[in-house]
Amino acid sequence: MKCTELLAILNEYVDGEIDPGICDEYREHLDRCDPCQVVVDNIRKTITLYRDAEEFELPTDFRDRLHSALRDRWRRR
Amino acid sequence: MSIVDSDSPLLSRAREGDLTAFEELVTRHEKRVYAVARRMLRNDHDAQDVTQETFLSALDHLPRFREETRFGSWLLTIATHAALKVIRRRKGLELVPLEDAADAIGGVPTPEWIAPWSRSPVELLETRETLRHLVAALDELADKYRLVFLLRDVARMSVRDTAAALGISEANVKVRLLRARLQLRERLTRLFGDSTRRMEPHRHDEQPEPPSVLGGALVTSGTVAAPSDRDI
Ligand SMILES: [Zn+2]
Repeated sequence: MKCTELLAILNEYVDGEIDPGICDEYREHLDRCDPCQVVVDNIRKTITLYRDAEEFELPTDFRDRLHSALRDRWRRR
Repeated sequence: MSIVDSDSPLLSRAREGDLTAFEELVTRHEKRVYAVARRMLRNDHDAQDVTQETFLSALDHLPRFREETRFGSWLLTIATHAALKVIRRRKGLELVPLEDAADAIGGVPTPEWIAPWSRSPVELLETRETLRHLVAALDELADKYRLVFLLRDVARMSVRDTAAALGISEANVKVRLLRARLQLRERLTRLFGDSTRRMEPHRHDEQPEPPSVLGGALVTSGTVAAPSDRDI
């Protein structure tokens, strides 16, 4: 397997949806190819960052409005 | 994980009519829901509307919520659909084009800046600077890539659901996701990568290449992240 072939099925590998047969080939390639290993690791960390980041603060006045709207709806249920 | 897992008791109480429990759930998830809506819409006001709509809808549908789904994921799915409605209303379908021939057949760009990151995601997230970089990197992505990335990787929707939500094929979702991931990786690695450990892309696989010098640093093998860093 070449680096470009690895790249083509990188999604499936990162998402754990890869065919087990191809997965062995993939792992073999990763074992001997540091750049690909680092790329895969970079991508996993990229995803983790975006999953965990809360880069926008909830404006306080909006939060108050939100909760009061929810209380209203709750009482009218 | 622990916060998500411990949603269950609150959910049960909310279902039995405990408003305080429901508000506690909202407090736990409101920031994340708002962040996802804000990223998709790039506008505070619309993001607030979508956030409110999401929790009102969650309240209305609480009896129908199935416990096997995580509450947080369920909220993000509702928010995502609400945000897509706003995007469609705002700009028509141009923002979310249907099939794109270039995506279906085009190759993907090869990674250029390759280096292990010097800090873990947890460490990176401790600074405001990282958050600013994340916003900027995502803003640089074309809408069609940004939305697929947010639906798949952040809201954790399936390929099929993402395709249905955007009105594109599953193959298209996959290619766009790959491009989005690669572009974000490229950009973030230039910022977070350890430049002393930068390595050359492998040009071919036939023969092992000698260690190369890049940016004054000797690049050798065996310096990549430990295996424990590699599983999410
Ligand atoms: Zn490789």
